[in-house]
Amino acid sequence: MAKVIVVTSGKGGVGKTTTSAAIATGLALRGFKTVIIDFDVGLRNVDLIMGCERRVVFDFINVINGDAKLHQALIKDKRVETLSILATSQTRDKDALTEEGVERIIAELAPLFDYIVCDSPAGIERGAHLAMYFADEAIVVANAEVSSVRDADRMIGLLTSKSRRAEQGQPMPQHLLLTRYDAERVERGEMLKVEDVQEILAVPLLGVVPECPSVLQASNVGMPVVLDDKSPAGKAYLDAVGRILGEETEIVIPRVARRGFIDRLLGRTA
Amino acid sequence: MSLMNLFRRSPRGTADAARERLQILLSHERAELNSPDFLPQLQRDILNVIRKYVEIDDQRVQVKLDSDRNFSVLEVNIELPSDGERRFPPAP
Ligand SMILES: Nc1ncnc2c1ncn2[C@@H]1O[C@H](COP(=O)(O)OP(=O)(O)OP(=O)(O)O)[C@@H](O)[C@H]1O
Ligand SMILES: [Mg+2]
Repeated sequence: MAKVIVVTSGKGGVGKTTTSAAIATGLALRGFKTVIIDFDVGLRNVDLIMGCERRVVFDFINVINGDAKLHQALIKDKRVETLSILATSQTRDKDALTEEGVERIIAELAPLFDYIVCDSPAGIERGAHLAMYFADEAIVVANAEVSSVRDADRMIGLLTSKSRRAEQGQPMPQHLLLTRYDAERVERGEMLKVEDVQEILAVPLLGVVPECPSVLQASNVGMPVVLDDKSPAGKAYLDAVGRILGEETEIVIPRVARRGFIDRLLGRTA
Repeated sequence: MSLMNLFRRSPRGTADAARERLQILLSHERAELNSPDFLPQLQRDILNVIRKYVEIDDQRVQVKLDSDRNFSVLEVNIELPSDGERRFPPAP
């Protein structure tokens, strides 16, 4: 039976889709049968980030409405055999998602996969609610910035009170993933430190993903960033995948490379 | 780059202000979110009961719920008008 992981944040643009694609691909690279579902109905992007946008014929909403069978909508990744994608509709809106429909599709996917990764839309409305409602575990994505941290806190509150697990009186395991972390700006005292965010949100830290040009480059070509073995962000995501699987590796917090005195004297950057 | 910058430690940035503001804000927001939905109605009901006996403004009744791990305390704070201001409502 698959484990359902939601990637959520409250705030928009913090890196949920990048994270969902990276984590799903990372789990699949470890040999787990994994499917990524795009819950951002009307603003679909998982297909683009996964590079399968031209192969979408049927989507999640078609399956919910009974217009297509699940196997017709599942897209098999061409690079990682154990990975599948369930794209969403670009023309419908979030009201096309029903609790009953989402529950039915997740129940149908569960025996076929080891992991179901749900890419949540921003906000706390219907789409975001249904993306997290059936989850067994949550990854809360945040940036080291006030509004993102506040929204993450709100989302943690909702996961703890409004998810199905919470309603059934079960604990809702949550992890904090700090993304787009800019060590230079933290060093200059312009951005919150990892320790600050973690202390404020009080959720176990899954990893810290540095701000990194390779993320944009990977998205340009439709490749999840974990497939770029030179990318520091990809590396951070692969470590996070290990931690989801229970590996207790030390979390590397990006730091600014120290410049020597002579470099500083000459104004050279590292 | 001035020579001073080479030796100066990084200045206290705005991140500290961000952390402090968040700590204060979130402790309030969490308390509000955890308060049950019935509190406003309870506050109105208490106010109406008291109004049968004394005249009192809306502001004078405060209801607050503090939850601890093991128990919750419902705190009801009713501020009665002083003798000078006290007026009894007209007999029904
Ligand atoms: N570690 C990173 N380094 C640099 N850029 C990043 C990083 N993570 C994400 N981005 C960029 O940030 C932007 C938003 O990322 P993404 O689409 O994953 O966010 P999102 O939370 O899914 O957004 P939305 O709320 O709109 O669904 C993208 O342009 C992406 O390339
Ligand atoms: Mg997204």
